[in-house]
Amino acid sequence: MFLSLSIICLTVAVLLAQVNKLTAEPIAAAKAMKLQNAIGDVVPEFDNNPIDEAYLMPDGRGDSLLVYPAKKGDEVVGFAVNSTAAGFGGNFQIMVGFDVNDKVVNYAVLQHAETPGLGSKMDVWFKDTTKPSQSIIDRNLSKGMLSVTNDGGTIDAITASTITSRAFLDAVNKAYSAYAQSNADADTGATKDESGKNSGNTESETDDENITIEVDELTEEEISNE
Amino acid sequence: MELIGIIIVAIFVNNVVFSQFLGICPFLGVSKKVDTAIGMGVAVMFVLTIATVVTYLIQKAILEPFNLEYLQTISFILVIASLVQMVEIVLKKTSPALYEALGVFLPLITTNCVILGVAILVIQKDFNLLESVIYAVSTAIGYALAIIIFSSIREQLALTKVPKAMKDIPIALITAGIIAMAFMGFSGIDQVF
Amino acid sequence: MNKNLKVLINGVIKENPIFVLLLGMCPTLATTSSAINGMSMGLATMFVLICSNAVISMLKNVIPDMVRIPAFIVVIATFVTVIEMLMNAYVPALAESLGIFLPLIVVNCIVLGRAEAFAAKNSVISSIFDGVGMGLGFTFSLTLLGSVRELLGTGAIFSLKIFPEEYGSLLFVLAPGAFIALGYLISIFNTLQRKRQTNQ
Repeated sequence: MFLSLSIICLTVAVLLAQVNKLTAEPIAAAKAMKLQNAIGDVVPEFDNNPIDEAYLMPDGRGDSLLVYPAKKGDEVVGFAVNSTAAGFGGNFQIMVGFDVNDKVVNYAVLQHAETPGLGSKMDVWFKDTTKPSQSIIDRNLSKGMLSVTNDGGTIDAITASTITSRAFLDAVNKAYSAYAQSNADADTGATKDESGKNSGNTESETDDENITIEVDELTEEEISNE
Repeated sequence: MELIGIIIVAIFVNNVVFSQFLGICPFLGVSKKVDTAIGMGVAVMFVLTIATVVTYLIQKAILEPFNLEYLQTISFILVIASLVQMVEIVLKKTSPALYEALGVFLPLITTNCVILGVAILVIQKDFNLLESVIYAVSTAIGYALAIIIFSSIREQLALTKVPKAMKDIPIALITAGIIAMAFMGFSGIDQVF
Repeated sequence: MNKNLKVLINGVIKENPIFVLLLGMCPTLATTSSAINGMSMGLATMFVLICSNAVISMLKNVIPDMVRIPAFIVVIATFVTVIEMLMNAYVPALAESLGIFLPLIVVNCIVLGRAEAFAAKNSVISSIFDGVGMGLGFTFSLTLLGSVRELLGTGAIFSLKIFPEEYGSLLFVLAPGAFIALGYLISIFNTLQRKRQTNQ
């Protein structure tokens, strides 16, 4: 009795291991593809691989966000920032793209659990360029952070979804904080690149704490060097 | 503070039955009388808490270290099924009174998707052990709340005249829909915490 | 062959798993917020149903009676994991929208119910037909419910605009609408069944 059950379990485990092996690669590829597409959608045309060059940047609220630099040749053309905020139905993730002049290029929603038909509209609402009062495209965040009109800001919230809208703009603002620092670093980095070699802050790292310190130190070094 | 948030969300905002749609079969099946509904609610609470702890430990101690995540579904359901059997045996031996009260509901619980659902959800939500236990208990309270409210309304419904086509399940479902609407009023309440 | 056809039709109409047997309610309510979601959930369940029915009827003489149920569960869970991995690999967006209800096919009462009630007693071929029939019935019901909810909620079916979105009632896409729409569909199905019986 137990023998036959064990045989069944064993066969099944072997079978599943095989299927897992077969599908592991496509699953990873699908995930990478999704990220790749999201980055491609939100920044100007580039020819490097931003995923390989991603690094963490502080978001100004004590946390860190992943920043993907987009480069054409050696020149940085924009940054995609993977940002997150607590919406109405839980945390959601968005990818916000900036050019090098503090302007929002585009954004993409990576994952969300907002109410269908209400908060879920955020995937198109804030990029409708025919309605300038609700679109965040081409907004220049160096002139001030974004907020909804209810809070005295300039962006119309999604109808009946103020909480989602607030959270969304919060995520965009956090992304901007991370972007602003990357952009500043890239400028100094670019000048260094011309004089020789520097790729310190474009290495992909996974540890939040370390990278923050590293980046800070690097900036200080650069400043003292200059 | 965060723990209170988890409790409120699990009981009211994302109620298992009315907004997550887990455990609907027993919800419709054993909700004709308040007594049986209470029994089912307690049985679910009992098994759900134990099962969540056990599956959580299996995930963290066996599946993740050995990269066997793909065996999650199969190992969880087997663990839950054998756990229910074990609870049944232990209860029978140690506390006949409790067994008398919950015994009939235990076999039904293996196929109650609340148990497997919560076990998988706590892994997906990346909870730690304490959060998982709290989430499991509050989900079970939410389930008990839902099934008890529903059964007391159904007891009243049994006494009223219902159009022939609507009798029994259809009217019960529509009632559940209206309760779900009421529960929607709780949404956003967790923002306070 | 005729008998197999009968088994197939039986699954779609006379013993429709949703409207008549009232089995598998959780995925029915949870994944039908749009027609396409309902249909894909139905198809995923159908795949599991056919495979598990076939394997279980093959193994029915090998498995001792005492461990029948655990063995069935293992077989079912295997196929569920297989379809879960396949969907994650090739249709990740769909897998994401079905979410937790994909692994929960394991505890769908239809699958275990048919294994126990049909596959454990019948030949492989008719078990496969039973799987197809039940699967079709399930898929049909989920697609119907998904279409009704999507139409009433957003004015579209399979994202195809029927009337402007402003006239839709969002309630039907949200949780309460699932219960209400299913309640009405079952009562309509019941009435039709009863009329057919009195006519005969």
